[in-house]
Amino acid sequence: MIDGLRRLGRSTLFWLNRLGRATLFLLRLLSALPTLAKRPSLAIRQLYSVGVLSLPIIAMSGLFVGMVLGLQGYANLVDFGATSSLGRVVALSLARELGPVLAALLYAARAGSALTAEIGLMKTTEQLSAMQMMAVDPFARVYAPRFVAGIIAMPLLAGIFTAVGILGGYFVAVQQLGVDSGAFWSQMQSTVKLFDDVINGVVIKSVVFGWVANWIAVFEGYDAIPTSEGISLATTRTVVNTSLVVLAVDFVLTALFFGV
Amino acid sequence: MGAFKKMELAVGVFVALGLAAFFMLAMKVSNIAELGEDKGYKVTARFENIGGLKVRAPVTLAGVRIGRVVGIGLDTHTYEAVVTLSIEPRYDRLPTDSSASILTSGVLGEQYVGLEPGGMDEYLKNGGALKLTQSALVLEKLIGRMLTNAVSGDNPPAKTP
Repeated sequence: MIDGLRRLGRSTLFWLNRLGRATLFLLRLLSALPTLAKRPSLAIRQLYSVGVLSLPIIAMSGLFVGMVLGLQGYANLVDFGATSSLGRVVALSLARELGPVLAALLYAARAGSALTAEIGLMKTTEQLSAMQMMAVDPFARVYAPRFVAGIIAMPLLAGIFTAVGILGGYFVAVQQLGVDSGAFWSQMQSTVKLFDDVINGVVIKSVVFGWVANWIAVFEGYDAIPTSEGISLATTRTVVNTSLVVLAVDFVLTALFFGV
Repeated sequence: MGAFKKMELAVGVFVALGLAAFFMLAMKVSNIAELGEDKGYKVTARFENIGGLKVRAPVTLAGVRIGRVVGIGLDTHTYEAVVTLSIEPRYDRLPTDSSASILTSGVLGEQYVGLEPGGMDEYLKNGGALKLTQSALVLEKLIGRMLTNAVSGDNPPAKTP
């Protein structure tokens, strides 16, 4: 009984401690941004590894998710003779939820884990300490470029995911199942609103998700226990925590943007 | 340096793709603009009530889509809705006395304009007008009329003792 309470208290203190460290880390990260602005090439290199290399998995997943939405939507709407609303169903579900959320989850698995492992290994092999010895600030040189590149990459990836998904839904609905292409696009255009759905849904959500995902990924690497086991633990924690936080934040944002 | 140049190029392509995706979302998916070119000839039709007809709704004849609605306006003198239809150029043999009605596809489906061909020898041209039209069925009015009919059918014998 007392043991249980003691364990609960210890783990609570542990999490509060980590949260505080993560916040201080974020502040130091933000204060390193002006230094980064002088050397944007560092961020471009990172944009390549988190953005360009994530492109195939994002595009493929978007295509298949869109195609599944087209098929499922058709199978369920055909009973009501409402297959002309398919474009609306596919576009709204992709733009408001699936596009940014699935892109963020895939990003956490594909790029976030790699960030954590890379930084964790740098820490383990004492490259970061070596940098500090040479008066190179790892915040400006290592953490900030990765953080910024991730925040730039995330909305672009979510936009590509959504657009490719809609094209996949179009392919299945119009080319395969024979929904009228005019009805598909016109119903979509009459319901999807630029500011409510595209800007709030895709852009704002994915910028927030990118912030959260990269903050967690870089922090877990920074905070990893410098052993091989510690790195594996940190990498797992990145993917698990990012997924949970992204889904929770998504609920808050959805309530904010689309709640009544 | 060559490798870095290649990386820059790849990042440039990635950013361009992302922006292109947003451009498509803005232009093609949301209602900001219509990009598709329109080569059809325009015909107007006046309706008392267009119900839930939307711009870009299909125009059909015998169930085949031959064009789409490109504009909906209101005539402020007669208080009629003026619907502009764009009909594909290859269907240029529509008689001038064809009639247009607003129909609904399925129970929850969207509304569209259905044309019935007439018998005249002259054909509709760009800027022409459809004279014979039938408005959309508004469910509330229909139910209201049904109720009045039912009430007036039952009551008169009871009123006169």
